[in-house]
Parts: sequence; structure tokens; C-alpha cells
Amino acid sequence: MDTKNIMIVGVGGQGSLLASKLLGKLLLMKGYDTKVSEVHGMSQRGGSVVTYVRFGDKVYSPIIDKGEADFIVSFELLEAARWTEYLKPGSGKIVTNTQQVNPMPVITGAAEYPEGLVEKMLAKGIDVAAVDALSLAEQAGSAKAVNIVLMGKLSNYFDFTEEEWLTAVEESVPQKFLELNKKAFLLGRNA
Amino acid sequence: MKTLMLGNEAVARGLWEAGCSFASSYPGTPSTEITEAVAKYSEVYAEWAPNEKVATEAAFGACLAGHRSFCAMKHVGLNVAADPLFTIAYTGVNAGMIIAVADDAGMHSSQNEQDSRHYAKSSKVPMLEPSDSAEALEFTKLAYEISEKFDTAVLLKMCTRVSHSQSVVETGERVETVKEYAKNPQKYIMMPGNAKRRHPVVEERTAALTEFAENTEINRVFDGSDKSMGIITASTSFQYVKEVFGDRYPVLKLGMAWPMPVKKIRDFAASVDKVIVVEELDAFIEEHCRNIGVEVQGKSIFPCIDELSQNKVAEALGVKVHHGEALDEAIPARPPVMCAGCPHRGLFYTLAKNKLTVLGDIGCYTLGAVPPLAAIDTTICMGASVSGLHGFNKSGTGESEGKTVAVIGDSTFMHSGITGLVNIAYNDSNSTVIILDNSITGMTGHQQNPTTGYNLKGDPAAKINLEELCRAVGINRVRVVDPYNLAECETVIKEELSVNEPSVIISRRPCALLKYVKHNKPLVVDADKCRSCKMCMKIGCPAISMIGGKAKIDNTLCTGCGVCEQLCKFDALKAPEED
Repeated sequence: MDTKNIMIVGVGGQGSLLASKLLGKLLLMKGYDTKVSEVHGMSQRGGSVVTYVRFGDKVYSPIIDKGEADFIVSFELLEAARWTEYLKPGSGKIVTNTQQVNPMPVITGAAEYPEGLVEKMLAKGIDVAAVDALSLAEQAGSAKAVNIVLMGKLSNYFDFTEEEWLTAVEESVPQKFLELNKKAFLLGRNA
Repeated sequence: MKTLMLGNEAVARGLWEAGCSFASSYPGTPSTEITEAVAKYSEVYAEWAPNEKVATEAAFGACLAGHRSFCAMKHVGLNVAADPLFTIAYTGVNAGMIIAVADDAGMHSSQNEQDSRHYAKSSKVPMLEPSDSAEALEFTKLAYEISEKFDTAVLLKMCTRVSHSQSVVETGERVETVKEYAKNPQKYIMMPGNAKRRHPVVEERTAALTEFAENTEINRVFDGSDKSMGIITASTSFQYVKEVFGDRYPVLKLGMAWPMPVKKIRDFAASVDKVIVVEELDAFIEEHCRNIGVEVQGKSIFPCIDELSQNKVAEALGVKVHHGEALDEAIPARPPVMCAGCPHRGLFYTLAKNKLTVLGDIGCYTLGAVPPLAAIDTTICMGASVSGLHGFNKSGTGESEGKTVAVIGDSTFMHSGITGLVNIAYNDSNSTVIILDNSITGMTGHQQNPTTGYNLKGDPAAKINLEELCRAVGINRVRVVDPYNLAECETVIKEELSVNEPSVIISRRPCALLKYVKHNKPLVVDADKCRSCKMCMKIGCPAISMIGGKAKIDNTLCTGCGVCEQLCKFDALKAPEED
């Protein structure tokens, strides 16, 4: 099997590391060679962050380059737009949260948050699935479960069973938040 | 058992399996998680040292006593540890010793992108360079074997993409090893007479290690069908080369960055029509090839700046890549910012408001340089704020003294700020140093340090009293302020700048992200009172924005610190009424 590429993008502090951990566990469980590349340090302080998840028979590079991503999972709308050129032309898909988090240049008035980003991506022929993950996460019991809601949404585009996904959720989140996260996953999966 | 591990966790696992029993490090991205991970193994004593020099010397002491030892640091940390490194090269070791150094090509979280391989060559200490987590584990164990067989410390070179990438590793069991300590002055006391006898031993050792490099399996040729080109590469660059070309061209992968083989490289070059060297940052392998008479191409086609990637390797070697398409839209940048509730914010606002010249240092608070605060004038390295302030003030005729300060975090002050403060006291410059004491090492992800009262394992530990320390080195004026209190900050800073002697201001408030820190309720905006003056926007808080001409608080971010409330002249920002 050719290597598949999933990028997880968002704002530092949104919980993308947990999402990549979950995917890593699932893919290893399914017997794939897997690499997950994270970003630590300075950029975690509210900056734009990206995590790369790659799997296949044999994975070499730990990173995903422009034009290579089969999926971009975005925790924030502007971030989905920022990384669009990493999408594989023709076949790549974006799964994005519709939540907007203003970056500092927008907060200070030096720049504007672009409007209608989902529509603009669709108009460009990009395959976008947009979901209000924040509301679904709150419905599940915590705004922090946005990451698991988005994993639920992403799960629709893979052949793995619901049970396999839920096992990966179970192995990735603390026991006391398990039910909340399972609920968040299913809300995302069925959104 | 097969499992996914960060490169850094794999190094820790390798340490444990190889019987390492002592680890001492100073945190630094991307090296930090090695020591955090090894601390979880009960058989390994692990600690945070105040800086990399101390950590390296402590690790040397442990290996001298007969215990396999370890220290880790980021690339710039090795500059600090260079002093012991160059002489440990002469003494050699008793039990094995590993010094891990993690480079940060691309400067994801660093102030420069120096190439640590030069240290191996110039200190004459061997260096291994893994390219993924499985190799990180394997090379760590091999490093101890090399260390004890060749009587030398071994450098283990990591980089961001190896340290912070998870890949599959197969784990093993721990094997305990302990050696006896025996006094050996000729070997371990490096005074001139002994050092003169040790230097030839070092040169012989390098010759023996070069022979080892000819035969070790970690310098490996991967065969390829097309001999029109052969590629010599290492570390993460190897992964990019294989990603692009698979098994097409022969590849010589050097797992040993120093010393490098001679015959193996010449034989490889003779087996192909031309040789390309693919390596990140400097032309280290390339220059070695030229020195041994092998003609190669390297930095003439690859940059010596930034990380490489599969696309960069492909394009440099004439392979077409399919870039995706960007959206035709101006996407505002999202730079890192000080968190909502960050105690540094109020202090930096006060510095900016008073138009002070600020010599900065290394930590989260470097973000005080970013607009709208834009309060910092210079940042060099750990401790440079304090030492630099002395020179800035002392070199003139005193005109800068009343309007210049240094800012340095608690952990950075422990690392390298104390000696600078000693210089201020001893050589009597009229300088004001502000210690930003947020009770943690913040930027690297919340590590304990000598001022926090806890050690790496989370157990209670001796807590350095900053006030007493500053007084003990000769600073008579030591003040403490709460950075959430803007009026107090401003008064104290002005007072200390106006006096005619050295002073220290400790700006004390724990990091808002610490679990034990209780947050207040988010502030509320009285839209009728808000006059859109944007005073509250001057502190660059991510929880505040202007929507429809009125201030708006993001309830998910606001910690109720109240700094913005103090800036509002119209009482529009308030803590919510109690229920």
C-alpha cells in the first residue's frame, strides 16, 4: 500500500497531540508502519501548529510536504485555509472545525479574519467537510473534546470499524473522561 | 514488543535497557522528553541540573564512580557544556557516558541553527546519529558499548524530526552493569604533564574509531539498481532520500557522524558514476569526502539553511513534485503569543509604557518582543540579559542607567544569570535586573528548577530563595512585585531605576498554565461604558478582541487576571458580580 498522509493542524493548545496519539495507536494496531511528527516548544504558545501522521507498508519521511496530504484535519477554520497547499491535488480532503480563533494580528486590527472560507475552499474545488466540533464537544460534556469529535468525523473516510476506533479512543484518553470522549467521537462520526 | 515511541522516548528506553543509572540534564527543545521519559524508570536516578555544564560534569562524575551515565541538551546547551566536553575527551570514562545533543534545524524553538557535528570533530569525541526511533534506541545501547570499548564519552546527535517523531520500536529488557572506581591520577587529573600524555591517546583512539567506522553496521550501504548516482546521507535526510528514490540509487547511510570512514566512502564512490551528499545544515560529510579525495556535490545544490524535506531533496535532484494549490486569500499569520493570564504581560506592559530599553533573555517571555507589547531590545542566549545590561550601562557615562533593565526568568537566572549579577555587584554598575519568577521552566513545557521547591520526579526539594541569593551576592536593594498589579510594578520600577546602586526586582506570580493555579471568573464587558478607546488592546491578550467597536472577552481563555481592567478608564471591564 502507498503511504497515506494525514495532517492535523490547529492553534497551539487545542489538543492536536492527543489526536495524533490516537491515530498512531489505531494505525499500529492495524499493523501499518506508522510515523507521527509533532511540534513542541515555542509554537505551542497559541501559534499555528501542525502534526503529521503517515502510514503504509513502509514509511520513510516523518513529515508531509506540499501537495502530499490525503487528509487535513483542522481544529480551526483559518488553519484549514492556511495549509490548503499541502493537500494532494485532486484527491485530498479537508475535515475542519468551523470554530474561529482570532490570531493576534486580527485581535490588534492589523489584519482581518477572512470571511466565507468554507465557501471559498469549495469554490476552488476542494473537498471540504465542515463540522461545528465545538458545539458537539460541549454537547458531549466538554469543550476540550473538540479533538475527539474531529477524529469521529474523520473516521467516516476509513475502512476501520467503529469498534477499532473506539478501542483507540479508550487507549488514548484518561479513564475518567472515557465516556465523555466516546460520546464526542460518536457525535463527530454521525455529524 | 512493538510500540510507537518518540525518538526522545526511544533514547530513554535505550538508556534503561543498557543499564544507565544516572541522568542529569537541563531542559531544552527538542531534547527535553529524553530526561522526562528516563525519570519514569525507577532504576534510573534522573534530575534537572541548573545548566548543561553542571549536568555534563555530574554525568562525568557518575561514570567515573562506575555507573553508566547520561546527560541531554539542545544544541545551544552544548555550547555551555563545551568546557567539560573537550577535557572529558582526554580523560575518557570509567563506566560508559553518553551526551545527547538535539539540533533544531529550521529553528522551531531556538535562537540559531548551529550544527553540533562540528563539536564531535573538534573535541575528538565520537558521535552517533540515529534517523528514527528504532535507531535512537539501538544507537543509544551501541553508544555505551563504544564508550566503554574505546574509553571515551559518546555524543548522540538528535534533531527535531528524530526527537519529536514517533515511529515503531521493538523494546528489550534491562541489563545491569556497574564498574569499580579505581584512582588513576595520570588518566583523570588533567594538568599539563598528564594531559600531554593523554593527547596522543586521544589521537590513537580516533584512529581506532575510524577503523571501527569502516566496519560498523550503522555505516551501511543500501543497494540501488541505478549506479549513475550514489548518495551519501545521514539522520533524517536519509529518510527524505529513501522517500524520494526508494531503492533506485545506492545510498551510503552514515550512522556515525564522527569519525567518518575513509575506505568505505572511497569504495562507495568507486561503485557509482557520481556522488551526491545530502545533509542538513553544514557541509560536514561533504568536506570530509573532499579531504579524503572523493569528489562530491552537496551544498552547491542543497541549502545550508533550514530543514530539508522530501520535496526539497526531490527538486534539488531534478525530480518533479506536485505542489498543492494555496487559497487565493490573505491568511493572517498566527504567531505564538503570551497566554491569557500570563504573569509576564503586566510587567512587559509597564516596561513598554515607560519606553525602557530592555535586554531580554531566553524563555516564554521572549514573546514580550512581539507587538503590541514590543518591549524587548535584544535576546542572545541564556543569561545574556544580566551580563549585557552591565556592559550597556557601564560603558557609557551613566545616561542609560535610569532607563534600561534586564529581564530574565527564574530558571534562566539559575542557569546563567547569577554570575552576571555577581559581576554587576562586584564591578558596581548602576543596573536594575528584573527576575520574572513564574515558579517553573515554562517554554520547554513546565520543568521544575532550583527555585520551585520540587525535583524532576515531582518530590519536594530544596528551594532556592531568590531574594536571599541576590542579597548574598551583594545586591542590597531587592524588591518583590506582583505583575498583575500595574501600579505597583510601575512605582517600584521607577524607584529602582532612580536609585544610584544595583538593584533586583522579582516579578513573582506562577505561570497561569500550572495546574495548581486557580483562575478567577472571566471578566465581563459593560458595552454601554466601553468607548472603543482600545486601551485594553495594548497588552496583546488573546482573550480580548474588538467586535463592532466594543471590547469582547473570550470566556474560554480569560483567567480573570484583571490586568485589562486596570487599563480601562471607563470601568467597562469588570469582574462578574458574585452570585
